[in-house]
Amino acid sequence: MSKNTGIYLTAAAMVLLVNSAVQADERYKPIGDPIVARECGACHMAFQPQMLPKKSWGIIMDGLPNHFGEDASLEPEMVRHIKKYHLDNAADSGLFSGKFMRGLSEGSAPLRITETPYWVREHNEEVPQRAWKDPKVKSKANCIACHRGADQGYYDDD
Amino acid sequence: MRPYSISSTRLLIIAALVSVWALPVSAPVSAAQMQEKIADYAAEARAQDNNFAGFSADRGSILFSSSPATGKPETPSCTTCHTANPTGIGQTRAGKEIAPMALSMTPDRYADAKKLEKWFRRNCTSVLGRVCSPLEKGDFLTFMATQ
Repeated sequence: MSKNTGIYLTAAAMVLLVNSAVQADERYKPIGDPIVARECGACHMAFQPQMLPKKSWGIIMDGLPNHFGEDASLEPEMVRHIKKYHLDNAADSGLFSGKFMRGLSEGSAPLRITETPYWVREHNEEVPQRAWKDPKVKSKANCIACHRGADQGYYDDD
Repeated sequence: MRPYSISSTRLLIIAALVSVWALPVSAPVSAAQMQEKIADYAAEARAQDNNFAGFSADRGSILFSSSPATGKPETPSCTTCHTANPTGIGQTRAGKEIAPMALSMTPDRYADAKKLEKWFRRNCTSVLGRVCSPLEKGDFLTFMATQ
């Protein structure tokens, strides 16, 4: 009897472990291209392309002279290179769509990661308003203020 | 001989090589490259205006701290992101730290001519709504060299 209880307990623990591992899987491929990492990371953390669909990245990369209120223009050759990397690694490229496609309607192209339904759902309940007002955070684009490994694609630390 | 002595010697050599490779551009070299760029701007300024009589750190200081607000509404002044103190650490609108603009604090900041042009183009457009003249660029660098 006590032997059976032990087996049940072990099984239950394993289910819990596997479950929490799945839920905590907030890891994204770190940006492997040095040009993309350098240029996109000059003013803000270089966001992983997996966080927006192709259509969004296309619009963003075609509009760098007016990039969220600043001129972020680059040489055309550089723009082409960075755009290709983003399209190849976007949320909706590859065989399976990434998490950031969840809840996005067909063809929609949010221009901010913070406007995607997935991002909103992950942050709204968990993050208190006062955290956003912290001067060290300053902007919702400042992932690394709270997710210390964000630039390496690691967002499990919440 | 200990079994790991060879690999630790190798490690030492690699560490030494890496530290040599990782040395920043030395300050005198950067300063010389910046002076070269200032000389280029002087030639351009002279070509635009016969009465050009050299750059002025005071004019550069005024340019840096003024709020022309003729560019994008988010960036009315250089100091919006760089703070009013050139030796202080700035912050982008997205919350990222910006190394001080003062040459004394960030000696290699103005050493790369291509990078310099890129940021003048972007930031003059953002703040002033137009590209900067050679006179403005030279004044700005002359001011930062005194800081």
